[in-house]
Amino acid sequence: MTAHPRAGLATLLLVAAVSAGVARAESDATIEGIEKYREALRDGNPAELFEAQGEELWKKPAGPKSVSLETCDLGMGPGVVAGAYAHLPRYFADTDKVQDAESRILTCMATLQGVDVKKYVDARWTSPEKDELVALATYVSGQSKGVKVAASATHPKERAMFDLGKRMFYFQGGPHDFSCATCHGQEGARIRLQDLPNIPTQKGAAAGWTSWPAYRVSSGQMWSMQWRLADCFRQQRFPEPIYGSDVTVALSMFMAATANGATMDTPGIKR
Amino acid sequence: MGNPMKIRATAKDGVTEVKVLMSHEMETGFRKDSSGNPIPAWFIAEVTAKLDGKDVMKAQWGPSISKNPYLSFKIKGGAAGGKVAITWVDSKGDSRTDQATIA
Amino acid sequence: MTTNLRIAALSALLFAAPLPAFAAESAWGPGADDAAFEAMLKSGFREKGIVKLDRLKQDATQAFCSDPIKSNAKDAAKARAEIEAANLAAVKWPSDGKFLGDFKAGEKIAQSGRGLTSTDKADQVNGGNCYNCHQIDKAEISYGTIGPSLVGYGKLKGTSEEALKTTWARIWNSKSSNACSNMPRAGHMGILGEQQVKDLMALLLDPNSPVNK
Repeated sequence: MTAHPRAGLATLLLVAAVSAGVARAESDATIEGIEKYREALRDGNPAELFEAQGEELWKKPAGPKSVSLETCDLGMGPGVVAGAYAHLPRYFADTDKVQDAESRILTCMATLQGVDVKKYVDARWTSPEKDELVALATYVSGQSKGVKVAASATHPKERAMFDLGKRMFYFQGGPHDFSCATCHGQEGARIRLQDLPNIPTQKGAAAGWTSWPAYRVSSGQMWSMQWRLADCFRQQRFPEPIYGSDVTVALSMFMAATANGATMDTPGIKR
Repeated sequence: MGNPMKIRATAKDGVTEVKVLMSHEMETGFRKDSSGNPIPAWFIAEVTAKLDGKDVMKAQWGPSISKNPYLSFKIKGGAAGGKVAITWVDSKGDSRTDQATIA
Repeated sequence: MTTNLRIAALSALLFAAPLPAFAAESAWGPGADDAAFEAMLKSGFREKGIVKLDRLKQDATQAFCSDPIKSNAKDAAKARAEIEAANLAAVKWPSDGKFLGDFKAGEKIAQSGRGLTSTDKADQVNGGNCYNCHQIDKAEISYGTIGPSLVGYGKLKGTSEEALKTTWARIWNSKSSNACSNMPRAGHMGILGEQQVKDLMALLLDPNSPVNK
């Protein structure tokens, strides 16, 4: 019988930490050990619980119109969820906007179900409203597991969004002069013991883009990409990015299109 | 009542491997909320597995098990089409049972 | 096939240049579509806790460094020197002329990454975030690698007037010697106070500090 006891995790982290300090040459073995641990976790990734919850929410009639989200058009036609996440963000003619999965789900909630989505946008993380949105995004992302990332960025608005995202990536501000690039703009760097993907490269963008939404073992929380970005900005000492806003979609477009060709591994699992 | 579990069970050469994901907060009782008040302990205390209606495992758990726990174990016996049922009872007396068909 | 290989090799050579997502790069940096970018910033963020929207207003250094292609260009040497000179001129030196504080207090400041986020409080004591990017005391094995290792820093530099001043300027305002350093300007931006900077100075330079043992 195996379970996830907290002591086990702590021991593992300690082992990882000690090895990292002894010699850099040993770090390969450490990473291998962590990889093995991650593999064991993947076998029982609690993200599946959120996926199931999201699927239920997707298929259940809700909102003033008492309609499900099953006819939502995520870019591959109404009702097509399989593979949709891997092709997002993209331009949608009906809203005349480039949207990621999460902002598109909001659109469907508003138009199909008649839901007042402002409440959902404004709600803080860990609120019941955000839990619903994260579960829905987790479900939708899971339907693209194993699908190749193919963010088109051929429509002029998609192209413009990519360029805005790239510019945002390098935009410094706040008391610490931080931009996304401060941490995610070099190869092989880490914060404390946390490895940082170098996002302007295909490999780095793929490491980030294909692994969120992800279950975070340390906090027991399921995080969507919007939540991931919001917490990056928090640590950058920036104001809070508004859920589904163009800033978040632009950065997603930059990441997704840079990651093109990589394989979605969602929902993921993190330490 | 709790949220549904995810149960997978596969039989091979007379052994059934069961993998269960349970949705539970698993509060240790040692944490404090943002205003400094202790959050009361709340965890799964007992887990029972049944194979085709017969008890095959009972486990006593405590607050050291993680949130949303994952449990895997093997049972001697069981065949495709059989039923594995898992029940948990938590420290508040709440319980939940889910069942899966062996593949 | 060969062309692809050549392009791949070329991208590998141009270390700073990101692998292009498209066949042709379009203009994207500052100056490209400023109106759209400003609109995006304006509609994209909201105040939270102690963090107000003025955090998005850049000073000259931040604006310059937000354009990596221009700021790293060869012909930008003069512009970089100007940024460094302006930041150096803004350095506040210790009011009592003493550069070194308490290295034990310095270690605590180096360990802490707290302060100035939307979930921090206004009266919170800010940390220096040092270990997030630097190895400092060898006993701390959880350190980042964005910045260079500072193990043995004081042994290397000594405590001459020049060493004291150089190090102070780097901590107080990192951009005084490297226009687009990744390191925050701890004193200049009010992240750390004078006494805290003195304590960090001691952590790096005091012969009794574990950094120099």
